[in-house]
Amino acid sequence: MVAESLFFSAVLFAVGVIGVLTRRNAIIIFMCVELMLNAVNLSFIAFSRLYGFAGQVFVIFVMTVAAAEAAVGLAIIIAIFRHRQTVNMTAINLLKG
Amino acid sequence: MSLFYQFVFYVFGLVAVVSACIFVTRKSPVAAALWLVNVMFSLSALYILLDAQFIGAIQVLVYAGAIMVVFLFVIMLLNLGQPGQLVDTRGVLPWLGSGGVAIVVLAAVLVRLPRIEAVDALQLPPETLEVATRAAGAVAPVATPLFTTYLLAFEVTSVLLLVAVVGAVVLGRRRGEMMGGGGHGRGELVGADEVLVHGR
Repeated sequence: MVAESLFFSAVLFAVGVIGVLTRRNAIIIFMCVELMLNAVNLSFIAFSRLYGFAGQVFVIFVMTVAAAEAAVGLAIIIAIFRHRQTVNMTAINLLKG
Repeated sequence: MSLFYQFVFYVFGLVAVVSACIFVTRKSPVAAALWLVNVMFSLSALYILLDAQFIGAIQVLVYAGAIMVVFLFVIMLLNLGQPGQLVDTRGVLPWLGSGGVAIVVLAAVLVRLPRIEAVDALQLPPETLEVATRAAGAVAPVATPLFTTYLLAFEVTSVLLLVAVVGAVVLGRRRGEMMGGGGHGRGELVGADEVLVHGR
């Protein structure tokens, strides 16, 4: 079942990449990043079947980082929305130069 | 490997992939978030099928339970408007580019899939996880390396969470609002949103 898990993981990651590249809503882009993290977690779990429990420990770390990232990222999105009244990424281009 | 096990495994894998595809194409952020919750539940089932019962439970608690609720909370807080008013997808070029990326990834995976073999020297004997789980329960085999081999990383993670909490509070504050309810003036902490927009 490891090969199949890696296949599902790759497909989910590709779907996440498609979402990040094609959507403009900042929140949905953020959720696509979460989807990519989940896909990587599936790979870790599959490999932990081959190489032991270290993969599962790593998944716990990835989840912690994802939670921290969600907190900070959503706070940034709220701060941007307060000023721009939008979360459309094409309207937010201050750093484009 | 029983046939039933394989069937359940494929069903949950397909549910995850299909839900992910629906999630990416939804206009309404709330619908997208709910489909993403569906993906996470299916992934949790896959984790349990792969002998990671503790991680499966944590997946439901942390991802589907906590992170996605925060996402839904923010979506409903922001009041983005009706789904029909949200012009969301970009032009043709990103679709072509991302479609190309997806096709390359899938082709690479499909070509490599029959030949995926783990490095034999590192590979554990089969059923190792099952044996360990049966002997010590689902949590102890995960907790032991977490609190011995990876103890330093675990402690650093707690610092990371502290930083994230402080950062979220600072960023989420309104303009010029002080922690202790003070007023504003020069030399005081400006709100992060003000920094973002006016570059002060």
